[in-house]
Amino acid sequence: MPINYYIFTALALFSIGIIGVLTRRNAIIIFMCIELMLNAVNLLLVAFSKMQLEDMNRGILKIANNGTDAQLFVFFIMVVAAAEVTVGLAIIVMMYRNTHSVDVNFLNRLKN
Amino acid sequence: MNITHILFWILTLMALGSALMVITSKNPVYSVLFLIATFFAISGHYILLNAQFLAIVNLIVYAGAIMVLFLFVIMLMNLNAETEPQKNKWLKFAGTIAGGCLLLIMVAAIKDADAKSTIVLMKQGETGLIHNLGNVLFKDYVVPFEISSVLFLSAMVGAVVLGKKE
Repeated sequence: MPINYYIFTALALFSIGIIGVLTRRNAIIIFMCIELMLNAVNLLLVAFSKMQLEDMNRGILKIANNGTDAQLFVFFIMVVAAAEVTVGLAIIVMMYRNTHSVDVNFLNRLKN
Repeated sequence: MNITHILFWILTLMALGSALMVITSKNPVYSVLFLIATFFAISGHYILLNAQFLAIVNLIVYAGAIMVLFLFVIMLMNLNAETEPQKNKWLKFAGTIAGGCLLLIMVAAIKDADAKSTIVLMKQGETGLIHNLGNVLFKDYVVPFEISSVLFLSAMVGAVVLGKKE
């Protein structure tokens, strides 16, 4: 499978996440769209970690173990995302307790 | 068109369709369920790429833990389609245009890149196996691994402090 298909898939997922962040007002949905963007990046990193050069005559040129670092990077992204979600959801719960809504537009009074 | 390519297209369609449903469905509970479907599709991609460890970690951490946390918070706040805040039509339109422009520009920039000779190795390769990853993780990446445990501890303390009623 050429790398282009993975790039376009990840780009489409990332753009869907951006459109979700821009069009929704529910704080939880915005948070979920951020998770979607993180996963698009993860998919792209894993695809790049398995990328190999293909020679027309000799077939696939094997490069040993060059993608291990990328997959560990994906693992650490997942770890950080899990920590981020716990704190973010705690903040959203606190915001709901104060305003009785998850609408992010209620937070615009922070600007004064 | 062998079975790997067919599986790739099925998983891609499933991921993109569920991701679209995440941002279009009115009820937040449906959004969470569709996001879980997206994560399952991405895990399927990882299995196709022979990244078995990441596929399992993705299922356990994202679909298992994070999404249950989201679902729990939504149930706690009793959110549904009626209480869903709506942006006005023009803001939605502008957001969609902006995201679509980003996609268009990135695709136009990457379309002509010379990637014809690079392929993604599927269903083979030792890179994603847990033996290989564990060796590197506990030899070269021990310090970030331990730091991430401190990060988890601080996130846990932070969540408790934020969630506590004062």
